[in-house]
Parts: sequence; C-alpha cells; structure tokens
Amino acid sequence: MRQLRINLNKCDAGRKTCHHECEASCAEKVFKLSDPAMAALHIREMADGSGQAVLCDQCGDCIVVCPAEALKRNKLGVVMIDKKLCVGCYMCIGFCDKEIFERNPAWLEPYKCTSCGICVKACPHAALEIVEVPEPPTRII
Amino acid sequence: MHQVVFDPTKVMDIDFTKRTEYLEGLDAIKAAHKVLKEIPFTPSRPDKGYNNRTLYVNVGTLEVQEKPVTQQMKDVFIGGRGFGLWHLWNAVKPTTRWDDPENEIIISPGPVAGITQYAGTGKSLVVSLSPQTDIPIDSNVGGYFGPLLKFSGFDALELQGKSDRDIILFIDGQKGLIRIEEAPLDPIDSHVLAEVLTHMYAENEADRVNISVVCTGAAAEHSLIGMLNFSWYDHRRGCIRLKQAGRGGIGTVFRNKRIRALVCRGPQVKGDLNHVADFETIAKTGVKYHKEIRENDPHQCMMRRNGTAHIVEIMDAYDLLPTHNFQYGSHPDVPKISSSYWQQRCTQKTVDGCWYGCSMACAKGADGVMLKTGPYKGHMVTVDGPEYENAAGLGSNCGVFDPDYLLELNFYCDTYGICTITYGTLTAFVMECYQRGILNQERTGGLEMIWGNAEADLEMMHQMARGEGFGIIAGQGVKKMKAIFIKNGWGDPQLINDIGMENKGLEYSQYMCKESLAQQGGYALTNKGPQHDEAWLIFMDMVNKQIPTFEDKAEALYYFPLFRTWFGLNGFCKLPWNDVVPSDNSKQPEAHKIPEHVQNYVDLFTATTGIKIDKDELIMQSARVYNFQRIFNIRMGKGLRKDDHAPFRALGPVTTEEYLSRQERYDKQIVDEMGLDPATMSLEEKMAAHRTWRQGRYEKLTDAVYQRRGWTPNGVPTLARLKELGLDAFPEVVEVVKQHL
Repeated sequence: MRQLRINLNKCDAGRKTCHHECEASCAEKVFKLSDPAMAALHIREMADGSGQAVLCDQCGDCIVVCPAEALKRNKLGVVMIDKKLCVGCYMCIGFCDKEIFERNPAWLEPYKCTSCGICVKACPHAALEIVEVPEPPTRII
Repeated sequence: MHQVVFDPTKVMDIDFTKRTEYLEGLDAIKAAHKVLKEIPFTPSRPDKGYNNRTLYVNVGTLEVQEKPVTQQMKDVFIGGRGFGLWHLWNAVKPTTRWDDPENEIIISPGPVAGITQYAGTGKSLVVSLSPQTDIPIDSNVGGYFGPLLKFSGFDALELQGKSDRDIILFIDGQKGLIRIEEAPLDPIDSHVLAEVLTHMYAENEADRVNISVVCTGAAAEHSLIGMLNFSWYDHRRGCIRLKQAGRGGIGTVFRNKRIRALVCRGPQVKGDLNHVADFETIAKTGVKYHKEIRENDPHQCMMRRNGTAHIVEIMDAYDLLPTHNFQYGSHPDVPKISSSYWQQRCTQKTVDGCWYGCSMACAKGADGVMLKTGPYKGHMVTVDGPEYENAAGLGSNCGVFDPDYLLELNFYCDTYGICTITYGTLTAFVMECYQRGILNQERTGGLEMIWGNAEADLEMMHQMARGEGFGIIAGQGVKKMKAIFIKNGWGDPQLINDIGMENKGLEYSQYMCKESLAQQGGYALTNKGPQHDEAWLIFMDMVNKQIPTFEDKAEALYYFPLFRTWFGLNGFCKLPWNDVVPSDNSKQPEAHKIPEHVQNYVDLFTATTGIKIDKDELIMQSARVYNFQRIFNIRMGKGLRKDDHAPFRALGPVTTEEYLSRQERYDKQIVDEMGLDPATMSLEEKMAAHRTWRQGRYEKLTDAVYQRRGWTPNGVPTLARLKELGLDAFPEVVEVVKQHL
C-alpha cells in the first residue's frame, strides 16, 4: 500500500526556516482551502525543539469502525472516504488513535490524507516520501 | 473478580456472511399483495428535530390522516414516549382494553433521534395499552424504523382500528407514498418476514439500508407477551438484524389488529437530516464521546466486545444473578454463559451498532448458529446478542447453562415475536412450580419442566407459536398463570403468589433485588411494571455502593426514573449514559449521575431543538410526562399504592431452602437490623421476622418515595405537583386526580 512517510531528521518541524509548505500545498491543492491548518497532515514543533508529524499511515483501523462502509482501500491500498456513503457520524475521527482525521465545519464528511504525494513535492527539505509497504492485518478495535 | 481481557485469537472463526436464505418464494408473496389504499404525501425533513406532523392510520377503516404537532405537545410531551402517551390518552376511554379497536400502537422517535454523531440516538418509543397490565406500556427499541419515519416526514405513527385481513403498511419516504396492502401469503416469523420485505421493498441492493421493517411472529398470535421486532439491514453480514420492543405485549396488540408488518423506506441517511439548530456542538460532543469509548471501554465494560452480557459474571459475583426463578443470586456453571464465552462466540470483525454512529456498538451477533429444534431445525441463522437479560432470563434463571441452547432460545423468542425477558421469568416460574409439585407432567401435557431442561423449554415455546398445549397457558404470563394454578387448587396460594415474579401483570426483569431495597422500589414503584428501563439502581446500590442510606435510595427513586424517562422522550438509548464513564468521573460530585454525560445530553437537546435547557429543566421535562403516565394509569383503574406491591420473592427469602442457602447473611440481619437473637429462634420464626422487617422497610420506602415524588400516600400526584408541572392546563387530567384526593 502507498504510505506517506516522514523523516523527522530532515524535517525542519515548524522552525524558522520552514514555511509549512507541505501543509499549505495539501490544503490548497488537495482540498482547495486557504488555511494550512485545515491540511490533512500537520507538522508541529514540540517543547523540546523536536518535530512531530500527524499523518495517516493508512493503517485501516477506521475501515472496521465505519458503520456505513464509507471507508475502503483503493487499488493502491490507500484508505479513501466515499462521500456518498458517509453519514457523518465521525466515529472514524474519534477512533483514530493518531488523530489524523480532519473536519471542516462547512462539510459534513470528514477528510484525511490520501497518500497523494503533493506534500512530498512541496517539502523543501525532502523530508517526506511515498513508500510502498505491506498492508497491516485488520485490527479489532 | 478480574477484568476480562479480550483475546482476538480466541474468537471463533465463523463466516459471518453465511446463513439460510428465505427469498425463494418472494415473487409469489409479492404477487399476492393487493393494494387496499394508496395515497400520496409530501416527504419532508425535520426542522430542529421536528417535522411538526404525525401520521394516523386506521387499519380497520383504512383512514389515513396527517395530524399537526402542536406547540403544547412539544412543550409538555417533547416527543417519543411523551407523544405516544398523549396520542393514546386521546384515543382511549377508561373502559378500553388492549383488544378494543380504539387501542393504538404509537411509534415515535423523539426530536434528537436520528442524529448520527452521538452514540445511541436511533431509538423508537412504542406505546400501547398492554394486554398484560391493562395500562399504557412503553418500550424503547433500536433499529432504523423511527429515524427513517422521521426523515420521511413524520414525528410519530399512530395505528388504530382492527383489520379483518392481514395487512402491511408501507411508508415510502422517497416517493411520498403511503400504501396499505393485503398480504395473504407473507411469512409470519420475523427473521423470514423482515428479510423478505426488505428485499421486496428495496429498489436495489444499495436501497436495502433505507428499509426498516416492524413485525412480530407466530407466538404473538397465541400469547399475551408478543413483542415487536424493528429491523435494519446489516450490509456487511448481508442480513437482517432485529431489535426488540419487548415488554408488555405490544406484538400481541399488533397481531390482534392483523398488522403483518410496517415497512418504512426512508431517504439515504446523512448526518444532517435532522436539521439541528447547532451542528457544531453536536459534532464536537459526538467526537468527544467516541474518543471516550475508544479510550475507556476496553478497561471498563467492554461493551464493544461483549455487549450487555459483560455483567453476567459481575452479577454472579455479587449474588445478584437471578438463578432458579430468583431464588439465588449465583451458580457454579455461570462461567459457561459469561462474557468471556460470548466474546469468543460473537462475531468481532464487524460493526455492531443498531443505528449509525453508535460507537458503543453493543448489538452483538452470534453467526453460524445451526438450529436443533422447531420449524427451522437445520437452518443456519444469526442470533442477536445474547444480551445480559437473555443470558440471565433464558439462562441462569431457568438453570440453562448450555450456551448453544441459550442462543436457540434467544433466536426463537426473537423470530416468534415474544419478549425474552418475559419468557425467561415466566418459564422460571413454570419450572419452580414443576419442581415444587404445583405442576407435573399431566398438567403440562408431558413437558418435563425441570431446571435446565432446555429441550422442554423450547418445546413449550414452539407450542406457544403453534397455539397448542401448555404453551398457551404459559403465554398468558405469570399473573394469569398464578390465578389459573390457584383456581385449579394446584398449590398453596400464598406460595404461588410469593414466587410468581410479576407486578402490575408484568414479569420482573433479570436482577435479584432481595438485598437491594433501591431496586425493589426500582421495580415495583414504576409506571409500567417491573423492568430496568425506569430505575436500574442495582449496580449503583450493590456493586458501586453509591446510594448507601435510606434517604439516598429514596432520592434515587425520585431522580433516576425521571432522568431515564428523558431518554425515551428524545429517542436516546440509555446505555451510552453509564456503560462507559469519563476517566475522572469518580472524582466528580454526584458521580453516580455521570455529570459530564448529563451535560452532554443537555447540550445535545439544546443543539438539536434550539431550546436552551439545563440539567434541572431536563428533569422537569421528564416529570411532566412521568406524572402524566401515572395519572393515565389511575384513569385506567390502576396506578395506586395497591398496584405497587411487590411479590415477596422480590423482597426476601420465601422458602426454607433460600433462607438456609444464605443463612449467615439472614441471621446477621436479624441481629443487626431487628435486634433479635437468631440462636433463640426457629427457622420459621426467623423467616417470619424477615418477612415483617422486609415488608416494613418496603412500605417505609414507598412512603418516602411517594412524598419525594409529590404524591399522596396512596400514590396519587397532588394538585400542587400538577400545578408545578403545568399539568393543571389539562382539565381532564386534573379531573382524574381529583377523584382520588
């Protein structure tokens, strides 16, 4: 499956030299939103100066949780939301222990990273990459 | 007692998509349908939780009418059970009985019902005059019917009249059609009928999730304990699932009206169909709650893994699990039917909520069950649950500890359309009568109703479905069986009355309350009879020990019946309130009320309707309906102190075996509570002392609870209380009360 991965040693993690190009490009190009805070990934600087990334690893826990079967893997193994089926219950948001789901108050359906790779191209530090990894086994949560 | 740990490797490997199908005759069944009436309506979506109209259908005259929801209805009765009681009040006279044409069945979901963001928000409330109690019964049920009815355009469905042929009422909320069809060839039992009708009325596979069927089964026709199944289509399993409006015999009323089924085809569900006043608050409250379930449920009740069956072993450990007709509270064989078994037997790889967005997901299902008896012998079926009540009622209370038989009993209760709780309690009574010689094989027509004889138990149920033999007598329920056995001179009347676990004509649900004074009141000081909908206090009284004093218990019997009534006004399930709690709950004042969750409910109501309430107004909303229901009971000739008495089995040890089995406890109470010396007393004297003491404290509790509720010592709401609640605006309500003051 396609997975977005970050190398925090390369990532500037929100310090002065970084303009959060990954978040801005995600918000603007993928979701047509001007606010980078609405992106489907987040890079944060921790109190100790280290970086932290909030991004979807396509683990698929949310697939089992969704009552409407609106979350499914596509042929690339990426977990996608079918907006037609989604009933806006937000169980996926509450049950994601990585807290990667986003919600725009103007939309009923939540959204998430789809491993599209736009952020990879935007990152000036080459900290992000799309990798191919095996699908993890289904977890019962 | 230790926390059960879920081990996914131990879950039985059963293909949850495989089962017997019943679609072979679908075309012929459909071809036999004859349209008796078809009228269009304009589908609508709620505005702030209300469509502001209800649907009236007379199945006898075929009259179909839209009725406005008045502001007074919303202010006083809110919705759900409140709307049901108001419609029923207007439909019946004091002389009306359950099988009169004017009796109604009302189904109403309530204003908050149908939101998808919070757990337990898809409930329908069903109200009717009960064949068992002759007073209003209300039942809170999952499944999709209520929300789909509301999203089609109606806040309630009123069914009145009696048909002379079997009919199906179809409400198509997509096309705006109401159709009454004669249904001569349709199957009767729910697992077949709901499947057939879902496929018949869905326009394609994707449409099946938009269909919900209400139906019952063969045993509802021959007993007074019929219930209604509310379906939804489980897309992952590819099958129909059922939830039950169980208590009080509403399924019997349904079949007496010759309604075969109700079918609602709603619009495709989305999270904003309820058009709430403040969506953001609902979304945030919902996400917060989902996270609480994710983080806390695995360490608390494990509802997602075990459903309500998680308390089987807890009740056993605290001597509260009804065993052998409520004689005892524990049994060595309980591990065979405890949650550690059910979590292996129930399918865990799928989603088990009975409405969208229920993260508590307690509607477990056991797949791949091969039936051993009855008309579906050899069929492979999915059995819902078993829930705690079924494991206890059909299991320990009857001495059945074989989980396969327990599933089969559960399955047949569901598909035959009878209440598992009622069936469990009445069978436990039959078995004890058999064991004590009140019944014998001659009197039961050959059924050897000894403890644990699941085959005889199932045969009695099959008889009930066929309308044969002793099954017909058992299907009358405990109250009528007691009268029959006494009239026939089959045993000591006092013993029969003491051990028959009913009050107001309704069977007790499955908690041993001999040592819980609060639950004794929680059962018998109720509006509709002994169930755990109004005041499930046993856990906070006996396990968490949160209401230790007499005053605490009396106060709990004021607050909790009102608090829990509120769920039924709005279309909520009660379980998400206290089957998971915030991590810091125990540090909060009044922790037993789960204050954070109470605030969630206040916020959800306000955010749905735009009407700002607080936790006190929440209780006032309930108090109006609760007192109205009490007065309704009085209007129907009951609802007084004489109707709130409990059978002695609910209060203390009836027999010497019971006393001797817990002699240390009972002797100690003679010293501590009565100031007597058990060493100087005979067993009979000790039992008599217990009877006096226990009945005395129950009467004292009754006095305290009535006073706290604003009722006279005879249990009648005072005029001052009516005024406080605004019920004095209804002259006919005041008139009922005045006759008893």
